[in-house]
Amino acid sequence: MDYTAIGVFTGLFLLVTVIGFFAGRWRSGDLDQLHEWGLGGRRFGTLITWFLLGGDLYTAYTFVAVPALMFGAGAVGFFAVPYTILIYPILFMIFPRMWDVAHRNGYITAADFVKGRFENRPLALAIALTGLVATMPYIALQLVGMEVIIAALGMHLSGFWSELPLIIAFIVLAAFTYASGLRAPAMIAVVKDMLIYVAVIAAVIIIPMKLGGYGKIFASISPEKLILPHPEGASLGGYSAYATLALGSALALFLYPHSLTALLSSSSRQVIRRNAAILPTYSFLLGLLALLGFMAIAAGVQSNPAYAAGFAEFGANFSVPALFLESFPSWFVGVAFAAIAIGALVPAAIMSIACANLFTRNIYKEYINPRCTDAQESRMAKLISLIVKAGALVFVLSLDKQFAIQFQLLGGIWIIQTLPAVMIGLFTRWLNGWALLAGWAAGIVIGTGMAASLGFKGSIYPLDILGYTLPGYAALYSVIINLAVAIILTPLFNMVAPGSKGRALEGCP
Amino acid sequence: MPDAQEPKPKGRRWRPLYLLFALPFIAMFWVSSYDRIEPAFYGIPFFYWYQMLWILITSALTLFIYLADER
Repeated sequence: MDYTAIGVFTGLFLLVTVIGFFAGRWRSGDLDQLHEWGLGGRRFGTLITWFLLGGDLYTAYTFVAVPALMFGAGAVGFFAVPYTILIYPILFMIFPRMWDVAHRNGYITAADFVKGRFENRPLALAIALTGLVATMPYIALQLVGMEVIIAALGMHLSGFWSELPLIIAFIVLAAFTYASGLRAPAMIAVVKDMLIYVAVIAAVIIIPMKLGGYGKIFASISPEKLILPHPEGASLGGYSAYATLALGSALALFLYPHSLTALLSSSSRQVIRRNAAILPTYSFLLGLLALLGFMAIAAGVQSNPAYAAGFAEFGANFSVPALFLESFPSWFVGVAFAAIAIGALVPAAIMSIACANLFTRNIYKEYINPRCTDAQESRMAKLISLIVKAGALVFVLSLDKQFAIQFQLLGGIWIIQTLPAVMIGLFTRWLNGWALLAGWAAGIVIGTGMAASLGFKGSIYPLDILGYTLPGYAALYSVIINLAVAIILTPLFNMVAPGSKGRALEGCP
Repeated sequence: MPDAQEPKPKGRRWRPLYLLFALPFIAMFWVSSYDRIEPAFYGIPFFYWYQMLWILITSALTLFIYLADER
């Protein structure tokens, strides 16, 4: 065990715990109101939103998994860069309008909007359930990220106690989220991001110096990992896979409940537009981080017996922690690992709040207790945030990690099926609610079928068109079918049920 | 409700200026244009530094469109 690293790590963790509890008093509001607890009162300005969204979108798991993908699979892992480039034009053009309509109508979830827009309860329920189901495994993955870090610190106790550090971290997370709502991750994100910037910038300067420069690092990467394979014959090969992964992931990102929660907590639509211009700093950071995967190859951490146990348990996900242990003194390892572990707390908190908002607003209030008071609504949300996190913890502790990863892969395919109702619904109400529901169902079934045909191991589906093979992201292919179904069925449903057209909302004609 | 903070909402309509946002999509979808090693930059293959450069270009583009929209 490395007591210096553990000491620094624990100290920083305690610091953010205190911040998390005090955050509730910051610009305090009445936490018995759901939009105060669950959206921070919608008053975060440009800078806080930058930290909050940065911590929310670029999660701890991203910081572990992206370099791990580079480490294991090579250049294709760099799709995270075009992905995080393309999200910002989409954010800039589409989501200020969502902020607007949510603000004017008191919406806190995408399902709220869909219900108001299409007046179709089954459709709104489908949107809410998709959000819940897609987010659960995402929370579990944050805990997986934390588990890797805890193991790398050597806090591996045996038997019954082996998961104790993770359980403690979880209790801390659950408690401050319950007490402070969205203000807690917002405040903690500020600390976490400073740590992560320091850790990554130090890593991309110091490690290449130790390894003899970037030229040497890239020279040690095998040619098939260094760039994408060139397409051969009648297949577009890695190219269509790379581009569709980037676009599909970018389209899906702001459909996730936790992204929308952070967006809606900002104080104005201008805050969102400004953030579309300044959030790419995190994309740049992620690009640098991805290169750490190659540095781990160059440093030869996998053949070092000291890390054999870690690689055996976590696979490529252990590459970055191993690289840090290899390259830095103990105290700095503590800082970097704390950055990643705290980086798991922020999105996990926001995700559980987003799930709580969804369940409370669109299931509890809609179907179980329609006449609930504001205080009851807020209390229910706090309770759900606990249940959701406990579920994620049980998920991680009892099931194979691979299961969480595969489930999250499916989550991406599912959440994108809400695109026609949510994103297109913001700009036109031409589509019929029932047609949208049919499209959603078609997309879910076909997308899941594509993943199943790949044995749930990947999401690149080899689509055959006119003798050509276009391997591409199943989420993107299935949402195209979803949209086609919705468009084709709209005139039909308009004929059968003329009263079921969408309606104009304030801020959303 | 703090709606009064925004007396004159700007950038609410879709503008032809937004067509500039097609640039990063075209650049990133044109994978064959950047799937190469040379020219390298300080030992970093073209594939990597070119895509990193597009992060900066897209950010600058967004800022430009934001400012043009605010006027």
